[in-house]
Amino acid sequence: MDTVPLAWFLLLSAVLFGLGVAGFVFRRNIITVFMSIELMLNAVNLSFIAFASRLGQVDGQVFAFFVMVVAAAEAAVGLAIILTVFRNRATLQIDELDSLKN
Amino acid sequence: MTQHLWLIPLFPLAGFLVNGLRGRRASKGFVNAVAIGTVLLSFLWAVKTIWALAPLEGPYVERYFTWIESGALKIGCDLAVDRLSAVMLLVVTGVGLLIHIYAIGYMAHEGGYYRFFAYLNLFMFFMLTLVLAANFLLMFVGWEGVGLCSYLLIGFYFLRQSATNAGNKAFIVNRIGDFGFSLAILLILVKFGSLDFATVFSKIGGLPEEASAGVLTTIALLLLVGATGKSAQIPLYVWLPDAMEGPTPVSALIHAATMVTAGVYMVARSAALYLKAPLALDAVAWIGVLTAFFAATIGLTQFDIKRVFAYSTISQIGYMFLGLGAGAFGAGIFHLWSHAFFKALLFLGAGSVIHAVGQQDLRRMGGLRQHVPVTFATLLCAAVAIAGVPFTSGFFSKDEILLAAHHHAPWMFWLGVLTAGMTAFYVFRAIFLAFFGEYRGAGHPHESPAVMTLPLAALAVLSLAGGYFNVARWLEPLFPSPVVPHDTLLVGVATTAGLAGIALAYVFYVLRPGLADRVAERLGRLYRLVYNQYFVDEVYQALVVQPVVGGSRELLWQGVDVGVIDGAVNGVGARARGIGAVLRRLQSGYIRSYATWVLLGSLAALVAIGVTGGMR
Repeated sequence: MDTVPLAWFLLLSAVLFGLGVAGFVFRRNIITVFMSIELMLNAVNLSFIAFASRLGQVDGQVFAFFVMVVAAAEAAVGLAIILTVFRNRATLQIDELDSLKN
Repeated sequence: MTQHLWLIPLFPLAGFLVNGLRGRRASKGFVNAVAIGTVLLSFLWAVKTIWALAPLEGPYVERYFTWIESGALKIGCDLAVDRLSAVMLLVVTGVGLLIHIYAIGYMAHEGGYYRFFAYLNLFMFFMLTLVLAANFLLMFVGWEGVGLCSYLLIGFYFLRQSATNAGNKAFIVNRIGDFGFSLAILLILVKFGSLDFATVFSKIGGLPEEASAGVLTTIALLLLVGATGKSAQIPLYVWLPDAMEGPTPVSALIHAATMVTAGVYMVARSAALYLKAPLALDAVAWIGVLTAFFAATIGLTQFDIKRVFAYSTISQIGYMFLGLGAGAFGAGIFHLWSHAFFKALLFLGAGSVIHAVGQQDLRRMGGLRQHVPVTFATLLCAAVAIAGVPFTSGFFSKDEILLAAHHHAPWMFWLGVLTAGMTAFYVFRAIFLAFFGEYRGAGHPHESPAVMTLPLAALAVLSLAGGYFNVARWLEPLFPSPVVPHDTLLVGVATTAGLAGIALAYVFYVLRPGLADRVAERLGRLYRLVYNQYFVDEVYQALVVQPVVGGSRELLWQGVDVGVIDGAVNGVGARARGIGAVLRRLQSGYIRSYATWVLLGSLAALVAIGVTGGMR
C-alpha cells in the first residue's frame, strides 16, 4: 500500500475539487450545484486522509470526521431549503432565483 | 421689616397669566377686573412701600435667591428701591393705572380685547422688573421684556401689514441698541467682577483715574448705544414714529410715558459711571440736544396727530438726555416725571379725538372744541405743560434742564430754547388744527365715555401740578449735581420762547389760516425735506438695510449657506451615492456570480501566497 505516492492522492483530490468548483460555477440545476459542494468537501477530505496516513497522525482523520459531520448537517439543511424553494417557486434553475437583488 | 418688593411686579404677571390663559372665554368685566385690579394692587403696594421706607435716603435692597453662580461670579435675583426707582415706580404704576382704565373705553369695540390687556399687564411686569432690578442683568431681563411687549403691542393689529412691519422695525432697531447694552454688561463683568449696582458703583470710586478712563468710557458709550435704541434717540430713533401703528393707549403707556424713558433711567442709574467718563457724558448731551432739535423740526410739519406727538416724544426725551449729559441727572428725571404726565395725556387726548372722528389726519379735523369739550380742555392742559407755560409741570422741569445746559455749554442752551419754541408751536398747531376753525371731516364727532375722560382729567391735574413736587431736589442725595445758579433771565428767555411758539401757532392756524401753506410753499425744498422726515428712513434703507439684506441674500444665503454648507453636506451624500452605484453592480443576486467572485478571490489569494512565498 505504501507504494502509492502521496502526490497521486493530492492530484486526485485537486482534480475532484476542480470538478466540484466547475460544477458549482457552471451548472444551473441547484441540486447539481449542491452535489458539487459535496464533491469539493470530499476532495478536501481525501487530502486530509492522505496526509494523516502518510504522516501517521490522527489529526487529519479527526478533521475528516468533522467535515463529514458538517457535510451531513449541511445536506439536511440544504436539501430542506431546496425543497422549500421548489415548493414556492416551482423551479430549480439557479438563474431564476435572483430575489436577493434589489 | 421686609417690604416684599417682589409683589410689585408679580401682581401684573399674575394678571397676565390669568388673562392670557383664561381671558378668551371670560367676560369683558372679568378681564377688566383682572387687568385693572392687578395694576391697582401694584400701584398701592408701591405707594405703601415708599411710604413705609420714607424718607428713603439710601437704597433699600431685598435679596431673594442666587440666580447664576459660576466660580467667583454670583448674580442674585435682587430687587432694590431708592429715590430714583421710587420716582419710576410711581410713574409706571400710576400713569400705567390711568392708561389701563382709559383703555377699557378705547378698546371696547376692538377684537382681541383680553389679549391686549394680557400684553399690557406683561409689559407692566417687565417694566417694574427693569425699574426694581438691583443688578445690570436683571435690569436687562426687564429691558428685553419691555421690548418684546412693545413689539407685540405695536403689531397688535396684526392683520395690517404696516403694523407688523412697524413691530418688526421696532424690534430690530432695538436689537442694535440691546447689542450695545449687552456688550456693556459683559465689559462691566470683566472689569468689576460683579453686576450688582451697589458693588459696581462703589468700586468705580476706587479705580485709578487715568488707567481706567478708557474702559469706563467704552462701557458708558456702549450703555448709551443701548439707551439710544430704547429711548429713540439719534441715530436709532426711526422705530418710534412707526410704532404709532399700535393702539393709542399703547403709544401713551409704552411709547411715551414709560418704556422709552428706560434709557434715561438707565443712564441716570449709571450716573456714577458717566461722571467718571466725561467724554461719554458729553456724548449724551450732544445726542440729546441734536435729537431734541431735529425731532422738533419734523414735528412742525406732520399731519398725522400721533406722528406729531411721536416726534414730540423723541424730542422731549432728547431734552432728558440733554439734562443728563449736562450733569443734571435729577433734572433729567424731573423732566421724565412731568413728561410722563403731559405726554401720556397728549396721546390719550389724541386717542380720544381719534375715537371721536375716526381718523388721525389733522387736516380732516377742526372745530372739535364744541364736540369734545372735555378732551379739548384736558389736551389744552397737556399742551400748556409741554410748552412750558409758567407754573405748569413742564415749566419747572424744562427750566432745570435748560439752566444746566447753559452751565454746561451755552450753545446747547440756545438750541434747547429754539426747540422749546418749536415744541410749543407744533403742539399748539395740532391743537388749533384739531379744535379750532371749521370741522373738515365727515360724520358727527362725539365725546368719549367717562371711563376715558376721567383718566384724562386726572392726568390733566398731574400735568399742571406735577411740577410742584420737585423731583430734582428730591433726588439730590443720589446725584452730586453741579451748582447751577438760578438765573431768572435765562428762565425768562426759555419761557418767552415757549409763549412765542404758542402765539405764532395762533397766528398761523387761527388768525390767518392760509398762511402756513404759503410759508410751506415759499420754503419749497426745505419744507419737503423736513416733511419727509429728512429722508432718514430712505437713507437707512439704502445704507444699512439694503446692504445687509442684499449681503445676506447674495453672499451669506446663496454663497455661504447654499454653496459651502449645503454644498459640503450634499457633496458627501452625492459621493456616497456615486460609490454605492459602482459597488451595487457586484450585488447581482445570482448565486453563481457570487461563486465566481469567491473563486476569483481564492485564486487571487493563492497567487498572492505563491508570489510572497507562502506563510514562511
